Formats: sequence, C-alpha cells, structure tokens
Amino acid sequence: MTDPRTSIISERLKKIRRIIAVSSGKGGVGKSLIATTLALELANKGRKVGLFDLDFTSPTTHVILGLPDSAKPTEDKGLIPPTVSGLEYMSLVYYTSDRPAPLRGEDTSNALIELLAVTRWSELEYLIIDMPPGIGDAVLDLIRLVEKIEFIIVTTPSRLAFETVKKLANLLKELQVPVIGVVENMKMKGGRDIEYNTKMLSLSYLGGIPFDPNVETAIGKPSALMKTAIAQQVKRFVSSINP
Amino acid sequence: MHEWALAEAVLKAASEIAEKEQLAEVTEVNISIGELQNVEREIFRFALNQLKPIIFRQARFRFTRAPAVLKCRNCGNNWQLKNQKLDEATKEAIHFVPEVAHSYIKCPKCGSPDFEITQGRGICLRNIKGTRKT
Repeated sequence: MTDPRTSIISERLKKIRRIIAVSSGKGGVGKSLIATTLALELANKGRKVGLFDLDFTSPTTHVILGLPDSAKPTEDKGLIPPTVSGLEYMSLVYYTSDRPAPLRGEDTSNALIELLAVTRWSELEYLIIDMPPGIGDAVLDLIRLVEKIEFIIVTTPSRLAFETVKKLANLLKELQVPVIGVVENMKMKGGRDIEYNTKMLSLSYLGGIPFDPNVETAIGKPSALMKTAIAQQVKRFVSSINP
Repeated sequence: MHEWALAEAVLKAASEIAEKEQLAEVTEVNISIGELQNVEREIFRFALNQLKPIIFRQARFRFTRAPAVLKCRNCGNNWQLKNQKLDEATKEAIHFVPEVAHSYIKCPKCGSPDFEITQGRGICLRNIKGTRKT
C-alpha cells in the first residue's frame, strides 16, 4: 500500500517562492497574532501571500482575521482557498463547523498531508504557516514534506519559554532547516536577556514587541490589528524577510 | 471535483513506482477507496483517465472498496461507519478531510471522540502492474 498524497505535495507548492512557519516551543506566546500580522503586512506591501493555520486542535487565525461565514474554499480540481483580507487563507475550521477537533498525532499528520495534497495555492510569494506549539508532528511533517520550509521562532521574555526555544532551535539546526530569526513578544522594558541568548544560539534577533493591551480589541479587525504594537514591530523586521 | 486532486496524486505516485521498476507501460493500477472519504468513484475514474500520462494509455484502473472501521481508544469498541447516520453536510466535510470525523462522530458505546480509523480512511495505491522495458 502506498499513500499517494505525499507524491503530489511538492507539485502543489512549487509555485510558492517562500514558505515560512511561525513556530514556538510553548503555547500562548503570540504566534498566531504574529503570523497573521506578518502575512497582512507582506500583503500590504503588495506581495501575494497565503496564510495556512496548521494549529488544527486550537486554531485562532480565523478569529484574528474575523473570517466571514461566507468564506469557503472553492472546489475546482482540488481546493482553492478563499481570499480573506487580501490573503489566500486555509484552515481546518472550514470543515469542523467550529466544533472541537480532538486529533492525535497520526490524525494531525493525515489532515496536514491531505490539506497540503489537495489545496491549490496560486503563485504566491509567501506562504505563512501558523504552527502548533512544540516540536511535534506538524514541525516534523513540514520538515519531511516541504523542502523550502523556513522558520521564525516566537518567544516571550520568560526563561521557561526560551528554554523550549533552545530545543526547537537546536532541532532545526541539527536538521539544517533555515531559521530566519527569533521574535520576542510581550517584551519588558529594558530586558535584553532574550536578545543576548538568541545571539548565543547564533540566531538573528528580529525584535521585541512590547505588551499592547489594544491587541485584544483589534482581534477580528485586521485594519485595527495593523495599528497595534505587534504590527509596528512586524513592519520593522519584515524588511529582513522581504528586502 | 476534489477527486481530481486525488487522481493527480495517484498518477504521480504510480508514475514514480513505474519509473523505479523500469516499466515501459503500466497495464493495471489497483486502488483502494476508503469508505470514510466517500470519493465519487465515477468522477475519480474519469479524472484518472483524463489526467493519465502516456505510459498509462492501456492501463485499467481497478478499485477496491474498503469499509470504514473505527475503534474506540477509550472503551475498545469496534464499529463500522455504515451503521452511523451522518447528514450530507457532515459527509461533505469528512470527504474533504477525513480526520474531521473526530469533530462529528463519537463511539456509539461510550460517546468518546477518541477513536482510531483502523481501515477505510481514504485513497491508497495498492499496486501497479505493467511490462518492463526491454
């Protein structure tokens, strides 16, 4: 028995110039907000961008984008993602009707392979992937199946969060997977530890984002999101991704 | 029409096997169709015939239907999908991504959504037959 789906994935992704996974060691560090803001900022700069929510069991990018109920993939020799706020947007939520998706590892892999095999992205310059936390199935599958994958790692100033960043960074280094850099979210005034420790890992420090209480009110409103501290900092580091 | 994407995948995988086995021509492609994904067999066959590369020009596409069998990880109960009533919208969601079955289906014995799809998930390429290059 052969799983035919993995054979077609490189074909499906070949027209995409760069594929960037926004990842972290721990949950709750702001990955989804940063992934969505990054995708929106690249699109605002006139780039063709897709956003793929791979956090199947706890997806949130649809909430951040304020995904309208009417947005659904079109069926045409596969699935064509709808355009939401200027982004080609794909998520498992189109098919779960907002119900819980209690998936074990093998199911996560299967759903990921299915969506990579049947989603027909257009000729994108960037596909931004919002990852689940940790170094589980999604990270391993992307490394296995997506040749041009690159990572951005998100952390907070917490030593606990950075401890898990080290594990993720070391794994990616061992597997020779490119890491664009580390973003420090909810940065405290004057704190330089994460910047220093990132450099000790021989990784680029992309910047620190101060805690911004306005972010909560901007959820579901992409134009308001682009006025938050997250967006201001993303705008700064986007030039190192999109020179 | 999502069947076209799956047909493309089958032909790509079968072509890779044919190349590895140095086949000049593929005469038969055996495919298992899992009940859970509910693939439209005739659309799938049509797509395979429309998309097939030249090496498959004489190939017969043969399908075997695999009934979907689920096993509860909580209580160990085994059951068949055919005994479960699902509405059309649910069937369609599962058709696109069979794993979303975990959002809709529960063990009929204990109510847990923690089950394993032991067989009949989706499309599998069972084997191909052909003639070798001389």
